[in-house]
Amino acid sequence: MFSFGKFYGGVHPDDGKIASGSAIEDAPLVERYVIPLRQHIGAPASPVVAKGDKVLRGQLLAQAGGFVSAPVHSPTSGKIVDITTCLGPMGNQLPAVVLESDGEDQAAEPMPPMDWHNASPADLKKRVGDAGLVGMGGASFPTIVKLSPPADKPIDTLIMNGVECEPCLTADHRLMLEHPDRVLTGAEIVAKILGVKRIVIGIERNKPDAIALLNKLIKAGDYKGIEIHDLPMRYPQGAEKQLIFAITGRQVPSGGLPMDVGCVVQNVGSAATIAEAVGAGKPFYERITTVVGTPLVRSGNWRTRVGMSYKDAITLAGGVKEDPAKVISGGPMMGFSVYSLDIPIMKNTSGILLLSASELSQYSSGACIRCGRCNDGCPMSLTPGLMSVQIENEHYDMAEKWHVMDCIECGCCAYSCPAHRPLVQHMRRAKSVIAASRRAAENKK
Amino acid sequence: MSETEQTVRLPDMTHLVVSSSPHIHDKDDVRAIMLKVICALAPACLASIYIFGIRALMVLLVCAASCVAFEALFTRMQGRPLRVNDCSGLLTGILLGMNLPVTAPLWLCVVGSLAAIGLGKMAYGGLGYNPFNPALVGRVALLIAFPSAMTTWALPACNPLKWLGADAATGATPLALLESSEAEAAAMPSFSALFWGGTGGSLGETCAAALLVGGIALVFLNVIRWQIPVCLLGTVALCTGIGHLVHPEQVASPLLHLFSGGLFLGAFFMATDMVTTPLSRKGAVVFGIGCGLFTSAIRMWGNYPEGMSFSILIMNSLTPLIDRFTARRPFGVRDARKEVKA
Repeated sequence: MFSFGKFYGGVHPDDGKIASGSAIEDAPLVERYVIPLRQHIGAPASPVVAKGDKVLRGQLLAQAGGFVSAPVHSPTSGKIVDITTCLGPMGNQLPAVVLESDGEDQAAEPMPPMDWHNASPADLKKRVGDAGLVGMGGASFPTIVKLSPPADKPIDTLIMNGVECEPCLTADHRLMLEHPDRVLTGAEIVAKILGVKRIVIGIERNKPDAIALLNKLIKAGDYKGIEIHDLPMRYPQGAEKQLIFAITGRQVPSGGLPMDVGCVVQNVGSAATIAEAVGAGKPFYERITTVVGTPLVRSGNWRTRVGMSYKDAITLAGGVKEDPAKVISGGPMMGFSVYSLDIPIMKNTSGILLLSASELSQYSSGACIRCGRCNDGCPMSLTPGLMSVQIENEHYDMAEKWHVMDCIECGCCAYSCPAHRPLVQHMRRAKSVIAASRRAAENKK
Repeated sequence: MSETEQTVRLPDMTHLVVSSSPHIHDKDDVRAIMLKVICALAPACLASIYIFGIRALMVLLVCAASCVAFEALFTRMQGRPLRVNDCSGLLTGILLGMNLPVTAPLWLCVVGSLAAIGLGKMAYGGLGYNPFNPALVGRVALLIAFPSAMTTWALPACNPLKWLGADAATGATPLALLESSEAEAAAMPSFSALFWGGTGGSLGETCAAALLVGGIALVFLNVIRWQIPVCLLGTVALCTGIGHLVHPEQVASPLLHLFSGGLFLGAFFMATDMVTTPLSRKGAVVFGIGCGLFTSAIRMWGNYPEGMSFSILIMNSLTPLIDRFTARRPFGVRDARKEVKA
């Protein structure tokens, strides 16, 4: 199939997908789950249970705290022992419910299953919201908000993101191989909600088995009209703006959203979860997580329940052979390194990555030698090297003129910088300073 | 279950590194880049030692050693962390040596290194902050201060064991011949002598073939951008070609211009210095064309037979402006000019 497949810039890190051959395994129950109430961008969910309550698997623990929010459901049956705060992967404290498992894993009455062919788009959308869907790729934006574009933004293309361009992560790959029906059905459900005719699934060419399998199912005639685009291997192929450009040739305007160019992008994991929420009435309390790294005894992909700690996840992988030098929530390019293993797996935890001391190199950064590799690598066509010097000198106004706010923090510049400059950190610093001054200016008005 | 749990080893969390993404890095660093350039210069260095004898090696060694020593000295005086192991000072020294005649006295090499590292690099704050190519700053300083020593060109001996000292037979470079009387111009070397290096000149000026091999290697190693040498050489060929057609008696053929006077050394190794050239590929095109225009103008109309050093330094000074005017349009940002029209 024809595809543009090209965006400007990008880098080619080693893909390190050593767990791509490991089938998804069900994670066994653990004794204790810590379920954060803010696993999404927006207002935290407000708890509807109290300390001491007995709950069942799939039961509502907290309801959405507003339109930009998402409800949270219980991962198993047991007793609520505390409502407190817990440490999140970004080092911040999150409100959380602590659940002690009773080991019986009794299911609550599911939401009534729906036949999506006959259900109305509004009912389907309500189900997506009730099931607590959030983007599973990383930013964890509540899905219902993405599926509610304003009337003046007509959507003509739904893009399913099966690119998984982050090195080391294989959760989406395994999902497409083992549950292709859920991915394709979920895509059709989302298309129906949006009233969109064109559905495109973008997959990087390092997953030829997944591409072949999905193409076979589509050719068999069950899922008419879904297109598969195989995309070249280049990080960040799966970044929303780059993916839209590669597939449709449209550029999301600076400061804009995909809906500005008639597109909605959904992760394939979200599609599978939506298919289950609609077809089986199952709320979102478990996901596929890759636990990977050379220090681990056994890297693999697990169906983990939300609230399971990183410590339990590493135990699943057989523990470690050698002590890791870094533990990362997510992939090596955009993930967050953590300092504790008491962090719970959340709806957007696509992977837990351990790096050994030999894979990790620590550098002292030097002056910019103006080699221009950051320029060549930047998928947003920015000038990171120049901006980093401006930011070092606190000339945020200059950095703003050079479009620092368009930075997607993909890390291509810092990855390729021979002087090991912390370019992404510079960009983040400028973005937060500029955002704060814009808010201050807004408040003055 | 309990048995296996006991044997599971969990990570020791006390020595974890916690830092910002990205967590992996490309293997290349500044040192690797500098070493690649030095390796690419090796064929030309060996050729110059073959052509001019063992004294050429002496010049290169003295320049390299004194550049590294001056860099270490100045860094210490500035109280900054020592970074000579990035090999940039070493590279400056070798490039400076390639820009000197084989008969240059060794104290001249040391003075040139002082100018290159002191004036050209450390005065601005070291690697990354220098606006001008340090090796060229050293060369031009010597050219202005010691013109006769810098323009006494030993004729090639093509014997690596021969020591070309002050008593060596000397002659003019091909480009100097062009500026002089017609009788001398009759002694112009053949094209193959230019290409393989059988002419008078500075160490790195003679063997175009060796420079070409190293330069092409650098393009393929992604160390230099092909736009600069290609645009530079193309512009010089075009300008001198037009000049040759209009005034064949005054302007030599473009082939002679291309393969003489350190044009290759400049195009592949000096005009491609990362620090002092534009960031973007579009800027590299502008930079290359600019260098070519200035070089042609100096060679055709100027007093100096050779214009490479000055043209690169002039374009170095224009680099910030080029950067500003060749700024890229970021992804998703509309072209301001088009928007006005619409």
